[in-house]
Amino acid sequence: MAKANLMDYEKAIELFEVVIGLEVHVELNTNTKMFCGCRNDFGDEPNTNVCPICIGLPGSLPVVNGKAVESSISIGLALGCQIEPNGGFSRKNYFYPDLAKNYQTSQFKDPIAFEGQIDVEVPSGNKFTVLIERAHMEEDAGKLTHIGGATGRIQGAEYSLVDYNRAGVPLVEIVTKPVYGAGAEAPELAAAYVRLIREIVKALGVSEARMERGNVRCDANVSIRPHGQEKLGTRTETKNVNSLRSIERAVRYEIQRQAHILAGGGTITQETRHWHEDKGATSAGRPKSDADDYRYFPEPDLVPVQPSTELIERLRAALPENPADRRKRLATEWGFAELEFRDVVNAGLMDLIEETVAQGAKPQSARKWYAGELSRIANSEEKDVLALNITPAQVAELANLVESGKINDRIAREVLSAVLDGAGSPEQIVKERGLEVVSDDGALIAAIDEALKSQPDVLEKIREGKVQAAGAVIGAVMQAMKGQADAARVRELVLERAASL
Amino acid sequence: MSEITPDLVRHLAGLARIDLHEDEVVRFTEQLSLIVDSVAKISDAIDANTPATSHPIPLANVFREDVVQPSLTQEQALSGAPDSGQGRFRVAAILDEE
Amino acid sequence: MSELIRKNASELIEMMNKGQVSSVEVTQAHLDQIAKVGDAVHSFLHISADSALATAKEVDRRRAAGEKLPTLAGLPIAVKDNLATTDAPTTAGSKILEGWLAPYDATVVTKLRNELMPILGKTNLDEFAMGSSTEFSAYGPSKNPWDLTRIPGGSGGGSSSAVSSFQSPLAIGSDTGGSIRFPGAVTGTVGIKPTYGAVSRYGLIALASSLDQIGPVARNVLDAAYLQDAIAGHDPHDSTSLTNSLGSMVEAAKHGSLKGKKVGLIKQLSGDGFQQGVRNRFAEALKLLTDAGAEIVEVDCPSFEYAIDAYYLILPAEASSNLAKFDSVRFGMRVTPEGNPTIERVMAATREAGFGPEVKRRIILGTFALSSGSFDKFYGAALKVRTLIQRDFDSAFAKADVLVSPTAPTTAFKFGEKVSDPLAMYLNDIATIPANLAGIPGISVPIGLADEDNLPVGIQFLAPAHKDAALYEVGAALEGILEGIWGKRMMDFAPKLEVN
Repeated sequence: MAKANLMDYEKAIELFEVVIGLEVHVELNTNTKMFCGCRNDFGDEPNTNVCPICIGLPGSLPVVNGKAVESSISIGLALGCQIEPNGGFSRKNYFYPDLAKNYQTSQFKDPIAFEGQIDVEVPSGNKFTVLIERAHMEEDAGKLTHIGGATGRIQGAEYSLVDYNRAGVPLVEIVTKPVYGAGAEAPELAAAYVRLIREIVKALGVSEARMERGNVRCDANVSIRPHGQEKLGTRTETKNVNSLRSIERAVRYEIQRQAHILAGGGTITQETRHWHEDKGATSAGRPKSDADDYRYFPEPDLVPVQPSTELIERLRAALPENPADRRKRLATEWGFAELEFRDVVNAGLMDLIEETVAQGAKPQSARKWYAGELSRIANSEEKDVLALNITPAQVAELANLVESGKINDRIAREVLSAVLDGAGSPEQIVKERGLEVVSDDGALIAAIDEALKSQPDVLEKIREGKVQAAGAVIGAVMQAMKGQADAARVRELVLERAASL
Repeated sequence: MSEITPDLVRHLAGLARIDLHEDEVVRFTEQLSLIVDSVAKISDAIDANTPATSHPIPLANVFREDVVQPSLTQEQALSGAPDSGQGRFRVAAILDEE
Repeated sequence: MSELIRKNASELIEMMNKGQVSSVEVTQAHLDQIAKVGDAVHSFLHISADSALATAKEVDRRRAAGEKLPTLAGLPIAVKDNLATTDAPTTAGSKILEGWLAPYDATVVTKLRNELMPILGKTNLDEFAMGSSTEFSAYGPSKNPWDLTRIPGGSGGGSSSAVSSFQSPLAIGSDTGGSIRFPGAVTGTVGIKPTYGAVSRYGLIALASSLDQIGPVARNVLDAAYLQDAIAGHDPHDSTSLTNSLGSMVEAAKHGSLKGKKVGLIKQLSGDGFQQGVRNRFAEALKLLTDAGAEIVEVDCPSFEYAIDAYYLILPAEASSNLAKFDSVRFGMRVTPEGNPTIERVMAATREAGFGPEVKRRIILGTFALSSGSFDKFYGAALKVRTLIQRDFDSAFAKADVLVSPTAPTTAFKFGEKVSDPLAMYLNDIATIPANLAGIPGISVPIGLADEDNLPVGIQFLAPAHKDAALYEVGAALEGILEGIWGKRMMDFAPKLEVN
């Protein structure tokens, strides 16, 4: 995809106003699916967490998971929404082989939550208010695997295989109203918004909220119009943008692509587009057509959902602190410099650091690990830090091994790389590989004495006060210890022994 | 005068994924025209303020505990499938080759 | 003909309890009758002789061991073939499901098994219960035992013909717009549509979810009451299942009375345009009700004029969605067209070949009613008419305990008479449909034969939601009066079934 098809970003922003809209799907972490008692876990063997209901066998009937409704209400409340006092489910009718009943049980006119708003801060420190149109409950579809053809993609496949383990997993879809006025920061705002949604649902404990596992998925609507024009531009909906980084890139790409087309006198096609992480580009999917007649109607197999005021107030009282308050609190608790803290927030590291601190690490060392080595590795692998194969507990363990002097920084990096390779926890690795710093002064002293005795001239110089001569002895000792010694301690001991020998 | 045309019947059959034969399109156009003309009079009975009833008996808030129930085995799940493989339901390709 | 099979269910229960007959004998007698008349009447799509006898044996063994058994233990029954069963194929009368074995039992089937009732087999129906004659069954129609050239009603013509030809003492039906009551009327049997939600729909292959209701088919009111008591009750697998108990129908039937009952004669369904013989029997029945101490009051239900129209929008709309799952992916038939077709084309070819004409007609009508351009004018308007019909019932029940009408405008018609005229076919349901739209219970009880054709005529009683017991009270009372006048039972009027 030639760059020639994209307008320079600054120029695009100069010529056009950007309007974005975001649809975020959050997978709830209930034990069971939305409408049946099957396990809400789609990593298992295919078609083992399925029953007559979620594979749509004739005669089966859905029953709503009450916990999923409560989780959905909590999300709505956290987004400042009103809660629908008399809602219900509707059927969205369309044929697709991953949709067992060929209709999706969803909500249409009366979503569980509506009309909310949240404040989103972008990296520059600017704040935007994003209006939430609605949050509604629905069920996920199954998973298709495309077999044959060159790429394993849907195009050119010979046939497809369907696994319905994910079919019926509860989802909450959060839809924003059009977001105006972000200008050049629209891509950053999109990413920051999704990050905030993640923080919120995670803090609520209603979702695992891991984007790399598809727990949080984002479709980004982008349209542009010449500054001053009242009529909205034609929008595209980019699907499958499944990391914060991709959201930002995809929105930026769509702005540049659409600007190029409009500036060249072309028109934008209203369509679904797919984001390709590898190419850093979107491609056209299905155009919207009159075939998108979903024939919504009230789901007759389910009865209305009428949350009581008591329930709503109970859930409201149980809401965790809102993200802005939380930031303020953590900034104080952690005592980072203002710039350090903002970097942490912008890099999306706040949750990780909080969890790591909760696992016993000092805030400053947790920050150093995430902002330093782990970010560097993630960047070089083009991943989110979150996608790295290490848990906050493991980072805390690593940080504490260094803090306590059991290993030094160099060994710590080695241990980290082993953890990322799946070799186990830091303590295990240090133990199994015998990497612990030799802190037994006895062994060190023996090695030092030997080195001093074998180099009498050096010993003499040290005694004469030429302290820099100690370097040769320290080097020999470190070599003898295979690097597993604290160099500063070795130096101390060398000076001590030289005096006492 | 009916709003049911052969093209509309073909479009509806497409939405409903039924590959109607041409003689069925003709017959259904005729029959559905009669039916639709006949049922259209319901709009005389109602006005904008009439509430809709989608459920005959008023019940609300019927929920299930979030407790895992036994699932089917993979074998049971696939037992009725016309075609399957690798523990999954097998279907023809989704898109035409381009 | 064995005398056993002519016994009522309640009589057979008593005989088995007293040890006068075994369940194996009762079950075998019915299997023998199935063997004898089955081909001619074609009530069954599947016969489960072995498992029925196995259940019967088990009951006899446990009875001999002195165990306390459920009320209906050992009494054979037939089940409409739109209920999922693990041990017999379930087709819903459609080619698209031919050979499908459900991996689960419908809740009602589980209840029959828990009741230790031998299940004789699965009965015929119009494809997916869409029809009034069984002529739309993909497996050929069932016949009316009163006249084999006539329809046994539909969609539950398999169940009505089985019970009226003594192949089974009881059967399960499902009623979406009259599919239990209309077949009851035209075969001289009793059919009840309970209050919506009284019997679990879990495992019933849905036609129109907001209208469907499972109910009993029997040869008299008390037998039907026994069956309703056995199959009713809350089911956590059906969100629309009632949570309250409706009481004992058997008690209601045993203490049937008309004295002081206010019976509302529905002005719109009082017989105008109905067959003369139907009107005559209906008028006589009204007189008997009055003689027995009931008071007839006229009630006005002006919105009933629109009931059929609303019904023929709501039903196809829901059905078009309910039947979308028949797509050749997870179960059922698959037709793969020539060439290298996409799944979309496989689905369309399968549905073209697997569905019959009435099913396709209704799916397309329903798709139309829900589509973006016509939703408000058709489906949306129909839901509003539903409200008006409920209001009509509310005001009628303010004046009357039960409402009354003929069950159907005509007696059993001949095969082929209406099959190519959907509108004429739809009119059979004119008296039965309003109850489904409002969710209220209804019963059809035989009241004799029409003068012009000597075919059965049924009377319908309707009661407010949850008041199913009222139907059993008045139904049993009227039945008792009629049997007293006739000196025999309704089925004793039936001509001897001529079979080769």
